[in-house]
Amino acid sequence: MKGVEIFIRGTVQGVGFRPFIYNLARQHGLSGTVCNTGDGVAIHTSCSKEELEAFIGAVRSKAPPLSRIQSIEHGPKEIEIEDGRFTISKSSGTSSADASIPPDIALCADCLSEMQDPNDPRFAYPFINCTNCGPRFTIVEKIPYDRQQTSMKVFPMCEACTRDYEDPGNRRFHAQPNACPLCGPQVSWHDQAGNKIETKSPLTDTAVALAANKLVAIRGLGGFHLSCNALEEKAVAQLRERKRRPHKPLAIMVQSIDIAKKYCFISEQEIALLSSIEHPIVLLQKRPDTDLAQGLAPHITELGIMLAYTPLHHLLFQESTCPQALVMTSGNSSGTPICTGNAEAIDRLGPIVDNFLLHNRDIVTRIDDSVTRVSGKKPLILRRARGYVPSPIHCKWTLPATIGCGGGLKSTFCLGKKNSLFTSQHIGDLSNLESYDFFQESIEHLKKVFDIEPEIAVCDLHPDYLSTHYAKALGIPLYQVQHHHAHATAVMAEHGLKDPVIAIILDGTGYGDDGTSWGGEILQADLTSFTRLAHLSHLRLPGGDKAATEPWRMGISALHSLYGDGLSDKNIPTALRQIERDKREPLLSMLNNNFNSPLTSSCGRLFDTVSSLLGICQKMSYEGQAAMELEDRARRCLNSTWKNDLISEDYDQFPFLLDDRGITWEINSLQLIKTVLDDIQMGKKTPEIALRFHLLLIKNITALTLQLCTQTGLNQVVLSGGCMQNAIILEGLRHTMATHNISVFTGENIPINDGGISLGQTITGGLQHVSRNSHEGNQGRG
Amino acid sequence: LDHGSGGLASQELIENLFIKHLDNPILRNLEDSAILENKPGNIAFTTDSYVVDPLFFPGGDIGKLAVHGTINDLAMRGAEPQGLSLGLILEEGFSLDELERVIISVAEACREADVYVVTGDTKVVPRGKADKIFINTAGVGIVDPKLQISSKKARAGDSIILSGSMGDHGITIMSKQAGIAIDGNLRSDTMALHKMVAKLLAELPAGSIHTLRDPTRGGVATTLNEIAGNSKLEIELIEESLPIRANVRAACEMLGLDPLYLANEGKCLIIVSPEQTELALQILHKTKEGQEAVVIGSLKEGKAGRVLVTTPIGGARVVTPLHGEPLPRIC
Ligand SMILES: [Fe+3]
Ligand SMILES: [Mg+2]
Ligand SMILES: [Zn+2]
Ligand SMILES: [Zn+2]
Repeated sequence: MKGVEIFIRGTVQGVGFRPFIYNLARQHGLSGTVCNTGDGVAIHTSCSKEELEAFIGAVRSKAPPLSRIQSIEHGPKEIEIEDGRFTISKSSGTSSADASIPPDIALCADCLSEMQDPNDPRFAYPFINCTNCGPRFTIVEKIPYDRQQTSMKVFPMCEACTRDYEDPGNRRFHAQPNACPLCGPQVSWHDQAGNKIETKSPLTDTAVALAANKLVAIRGLGGFHLSCNALEEKAVAQLRERKRRPHKPLAIMVQSIDIAKKYCFISEQEIALLSSIEHPIVLLQKRPDTDLAQGLAPHITELGIMLAYTPLHHLLFQESTCPQALVMTSGNSSGTPICTGNAEAIDRLGPIVDNFLLHNRDIVTRIDDSVTRVSGKKPLILRRARGYVPSPIHCKWTLPATIGCGGGLKSTFCLGKKNSLFTSQHIGDLSNLESYDFFQESIEHLKKVFDIEPEIAVCDLHPDYLSTHYAKALGIPLYQVQHHHAHATAVMAEHGLKDPVIAIILDGTGYGDDGTSWGGEILQADLTSFTRLAHLSHLRLPGGDKAATEPWRMGISALHSLYGDGLSDKNIPTALRQIERDKREPLLSMLNNNFNSPLTSSCGRLFDTVSSLLGICQKMSYEGQAAMELEDRARRCLNSTWKNDLISEDYDQFPFLLDDRGITWEINSLQLIKTVLDDIQMGKKTPEIALRFHLLLIKNITALTLQLCTQTGLNQVVLSGGCMQNAIILEGLRHTMATHNISVFTGENIPINDGGISLGQTITGGLQHVSRNSHEGNQGRG
Repeated sequence: LDHGSGGLASQELIENLFIKHLDNPILRNLEDSAILENKPGNIAFTTDSYVVDPLFFPGGDIGKLAVHGTINDLAMRGAEPQGLSLGLILEEGFSLDELERVIISVAEACREADVYVVTGDTKVVPRGKADKIFINTAGVGIVDPKLQISSKKARAGDSIILSGSMGDHGITIMSKQAGIAIDGNLRSDTMALHKMVAKLLAELPAGSIHTLRDPTRGGVATTLNEIAGNSKLEIELIEESLPIRANVRAACEMLGLDPLYLANEGKCLIIVSPEQTELALQILHKTKEGQEAVVIGSLKEGKAGRVLVTTPIGGARVVTPLHGEPLPRIC
């Protein structure tokens, strides 16, 4: 008969979409069918135009919480329907990039209350889930997303579970990981060597061990956590020593917002972010005088907190002996990817932990916890992983099948096709073999999951990134995108900006198109090209990358640039006089001989320099340490009106320089550093100097940007790069730009650090390919 | 030294210098080419040019490098060196005293190696067209046709022996360039390895040695990447076993350099079958050149062309070949 087909694209599978349609159609008195296809969800029905509009309106407004509708199309179709009935029919078709699988979602309120009800069949069951919550991406082997294609395939459902699974009116209708204590996965308790310890309640034993300051490896959703009591200095110190992670802040987990409030100041937006369906780690300002161990985040008042997100976490916190706050850090040894398999974890983590809490549901895809923060009342994703991946970013432009291979350290990759950009989870430092293997395995897995076979590859300009080596070896057309251009276009893609913008990229290091090292850049950028308008004036990196981990080198380097031969103990600040002469002298000699001391316009190294001169950090044990500790000092004297001071107060603004060729503007970094030195001489307090440096930098960048906006006639500004993770800088620049009526855009769903590079590459390389091909096509015809 | 038409006098001076220091029956003929005795075997033939700043450094100078480098290139194919050529390009104004020091050094290196300069040439170019002195040496050797030593011959399971400590030459030069004070023990390792190689080939069962390479420019890392690429195998190095002197390590730390990428001028990588590894080490330890030889890793099936270093903690890292200067990459 003649009817209509309604086709819905987006994240519409594995989120309870078909039962929703089933129930909605019945409410609207429609008969017909609904089914999953490779591309989305198809509904066949027969109704009037008015009925159709009302139905589609209801689909949009009432869609299930985890679904994301990208488009709804409809058109006439020859259909077969059983009169008077609406049914769910079998899936059809193969996978395609359009039918996204959803990410892993935190335990929902309904499941939580069932789990706490002694009369419920899933009472105290650590793997309870439904269509609104639970594992997805981490258990999927391929699509269509179906139990037989997940790691749940080895757990045949019991009768009761099968009934729930097949009942369209049930919250567990087609919930692929559906399980109960009778038929599903189980937890078990093990000693350090991995031997199983017989016990009535593995969770009670875990809680007791944690309360006794033991270190426990807990198998979770996307991998293992290393956990210990966050309230005990001894426990935290032991974890740091065993994991060889002396200073890097450790994230903690608590059970509820109320408990989180005991430890941190939390705004409305931050509460919303903590308790969003993704349950990411949120960076919050720590309260003074809490009973948390000081060792969680040495020298830093910011703390990463997340709420319990799996039923297992909730059950653990419900144990009466369990500490109220637990360290939950990635279960790996320093620098390697998070462990996923039981045997692998016992092998690698055994030497670190006292016990294991294991389970027998395989983790197909490893994924870390996501890290976020609220800035300017908006959430920013700093590490995009659990809860967000693999949700695509949709863009307005049509891309060929493209792979963006990302950067070097905080690497991710991105697969793009048509209007969708799928950015991988955080992968880490590729120079580590296991991370590099993880990178390659994940590419193969996601290619399969999204049915994308890249036709072109895009990578950085840096010849020594392993991602560059990887891309070059693929043997498909290759595009190389400048690092900071990619930082800019990632943000442009996210916000659909096509017209040229002014991009302020404050970053660590990126290979410039002139072969030098860039990092504090103002570009005029569009999606496929850019011009370098301005940058921070050059600093020298004595020892190359060594200078990026040892700020004292940057301190000496700056003094050398400022004073040259006139450098004496008199003008070396106290903090650096403590560096032994037998290290200082050779460094000066390297600078004098211009030996392995490349020039850089890096903003990160400018922060390191100031951090060193102020004696805050001379040697880093984790990336970004010096800059983070500097920001933290500045924050200590931040008052409520600082943003207004930024506008009104008359901070020195230094004259801008023109570079040798008279084309590119430079912000005088040495002058900024000189101000810091003068302040030290005057005996000002460290937090005050640190803040003044931040404000001066904002002031100078703002002044130059305004000048460039006038010069180019542009009034849209993009803010990106690793240093924009500094909340003072980001909020300060947002504020000054807004005051001058300039529209500001920054990465919200895509990290502004190197985690966002792959997306920028994909959009830029992809569109360069499109325009080159259409150009060649035209030439061919002409 | 001057240059140009009036240079005849200085040309004579130079020739006198050569004869005085490098004298041997073949060179003495001063004919257009040297005639070498025909010996059974195949001919190995190699050439290399030497430019180094500074010219003189602890442990050696450009003259020694030029002799040792070419001898070692012959030795790395298992050849017995028969004679060298010596080509000099001198910058106008280069001091005769320094030139004589270089020539004396070449002569000493030849005597010690028992391999002689049999033909030579000198040109003087205007100031600024060269930097003091450039040397080219070529060498001819004889090799047993049954020997099949090549980086393509490495097999899965083979051991990788390094004949001594790593980076000594590179760090000595780099420290000089950086102007940092050199610890007294820091010196170039430049030496000829053909006698050690000959001993190894003579005393090991035939066919035990699959590959010989001298890790000069680009260091052990770059050479091993070539071996891994040519043999289509994966190389795994054990970090703790890498022989690096404490002073070399400290200087690398200061200068921000990685010893794996530093040039060596008196070391070789020996790829040997696993069964003969112990014996090879015993033989090496009895030689002056190889007394500190150690196994640093092995070859295996795996990802073709990849070189890994395994560390005691934190797993393994990939060692990529380097083209040119290391560039900052920490973001
Ligand atoms: Fe970056
Ligand atoms: Mg050569
Ligand atoms: Zn649920
Ligand atoms: Zn069941």
